[in-house]
Amino acid sequence: MTAHRAAPYWLSAPALAVYAVFLLVPLGSIALISFQHFEFYGGIQPGITFENYRQVFGDSYYWEIFGRTFAIAAIVTALCAVLGTFEALVLHRMANPWKSLFLLVVLGPLLISVVVRTLGWALLFGSTGLINKALTGLGLVNAPVQFMYTSTGVVIALTHVLVPFVVISVWASLQRMDPAVERAAVSLGAGQPTVVRRVIVPLAMPGILSGSVIVFALAASAFATPAIIGGRRLKVIATAAYDEFLNTLNWPLGASLAVLLLCANVVVLVASNRLIERRYRAVFRESVA
Amino acid sequence: MSFLVLDLLTKRYGEHAAVDAISLAIERGEFVSLLGPSGCGKTTTLQMIAGFVEPTSGAVTMDGRDLLAVPAAKRGLGIVFQNYALFPHMTVAENVAFGLEMRGVPREERGNRVREALALVGLDHLAGRHPMQLSGGQQQRVALARALVIRPNLLLLDEPLSNLDAKLREEMQVELRRIQRAVGITTLMVTHDQAEALALSDRVVVMHAGRIEQDAAPLSAYEHPATGFVCDFLGKANLFTVEQVSAGTVAIGPLSFAAPPALAAEVRAGDRLLIRPEKIAFGEAGPGALSATVVNRVFQGNHWLYQLDTPLGSAQVIRQNDGGFRPNEGDAVHLVWRPEDMRAVPADATGGAAG
Repeated sequence: MTAHRAAPYWLSAPALAVYAVFLLVPLGSIALISFQHFEFYGGIQPGITFENYRQVFGDSYYWEIFGRTFAIAAIVTALCAVLGTFEALVLHRMANPWKSLFLLVVLGPLLISVVVRTLGWALLFGSTGLINKALTGLGLVNAPVQFMYTSTGVVIALTHVLVPFVVISVWASLQRMDPAVERAAVSLGAGQPTVVRRVIVPLAMPGILSGSVIVFALAASAFATPAIIGGRRLKVIATAAYDEFLNTLNWPLGASLAVLLLCANVVVLVASNRLIERRYRAVFRESVA
Repeated sequence: MSFLVLDLLTKRYGEHAAVDAISLAIERGEFVSLLGPSGCGKTTTLQMIAGFVEPTSGAVTMDGRDLLAVPAAKRGLGIVFQNYALFPHMTVAENVAFGLEMRGVPREERGNRVREALALVGLDHLAGRHPMQLSGGQQQRVALARALVIRPNLLLLDEPLSNLDAKLREEMQVELRRIQRAVGITTLMVTHDQAEALALSDRVVVMHAGRIEQDAAPLSAYEHPATGFVCDFLGKANLFTVEQVSAGTVAIGPLSFAAPPALAAEVRAGDRLLIRPEKIAFGEAGPGALSATVVNRVFQGNHWLYQLDTPLGSAQVIRQNDGGFRPNEGDAVHLVWRPEDMRAVPADATGGAAG
């Protein structure tokens, strides 16, 4: 009897051990370090202090970094939600073999190393890069547009890599949809735009929202793209924490930045998940048949 | 001219003709069923009328208008789908109101008509629920209300009762017929369930391999099936080959009957004779009786189903569970029936292998 009860715990023990050793312990250490004092000539000092958090909250320099990070994340999320939903709808309507081919194209960015992909964007973005050559060549702009080291550039590159997450999750919602529902709307007199607006998008909404939550979390904690496109001066939380750790060697301050980013992300994730669940529980509950 | 006319309607997928030049005329207010096994083309026919499948050739006219020239969204047909296809993100009332909204019906009138339609199907108390919170039968009713509220000229039902359990299906049959009569709407139903087609329709159109096998009232299709396929698909059938016809006498195996005039006029040697299992009784040995052995006996509540071995091959007999004579498995019995209950089925008609 008790052996039966204990079995699930024994069976999941290996996975739990991996989680504990490789996730909880490092995270715990980071959290611990964030409460320790840093001496410029003496390194990390023992003892508990809130000084790092006070420094972050009291300095408009960090406020700006937090503001920029979440503004970029919000814009990237909005763009991904719109573009990704549109892409998924178009893919959904395609016939094979084009469907599979374009799905692969959409997922392509995820198959390429983040550094290589971002350096590719850097090539395109340069003042003599392809994009600016095309814009000036077409006479759309007089002087080259500044993409490198700007939030615009970071937003474009991040949107490119994160859009597949929305596409996949909207795609999954659309696959679950009964195609007869669309026909029912048509038979009741709805034109294609109305079918999309009144039936398909609302039914895909849980997919759109859960995809967006993933995109927001990844965009807010992105490191490589802001580091390469944004450079040294256009800092976000992840690059700021990196600099504290590896340049200033102020681990406690870097750790407190990391902890704050983690907390903010967890809050956003949990809040939106609860919102989605409450909003759509009645609608998508399994049939009582 | 009839209200809905299908003229040589055809749908080909490559070489395969899913629907092969069928013609059908339906009068205003009629309830017609397209009945057949899966793959017989009945659903494709319905979808061509609805505008979801483009016909390869042929014409559909409704009330004298060419229906194929009208896009699906403008045909104004009421359609009930097999899985109901309700909008899961809308309440029952919103589902029913959708078609009225698309037609620009003012809000107040919309509310009245939605209430009316829900009252018709007996669901006015569930207007605020979401479809997933309803039982299968209730979802079915919402789908019907949603299709009827737009006051269509034609109601299309695609296997409307196939997802309900047996008891509920019978209740909904009665309900569906009541509502159809109350509204007086011309209805075309697609089904593979012969009992459903016989119970509901004014006319049954039996389809097989993309063609119409028979188009008749339920009783006459059952009593006078036109082909071997219809014999087998509508109800159960005993088919015995006629060996000889001479001077009004029909010989099958060891038996010979004085054929009634109607049968004598149409039966030829080589044809098969149909006797429905419920028309055969257990009787005494004698000249019109077929000796048989009971192979299997199945109790089905209100009746018994017997499988028997006879000199003419295997036979089925259905007897009411009325407390009468009930032979056991292995018993030798004699089967009797009235000559006028026999029907001739032409030998050249399509094969008797149903589904």
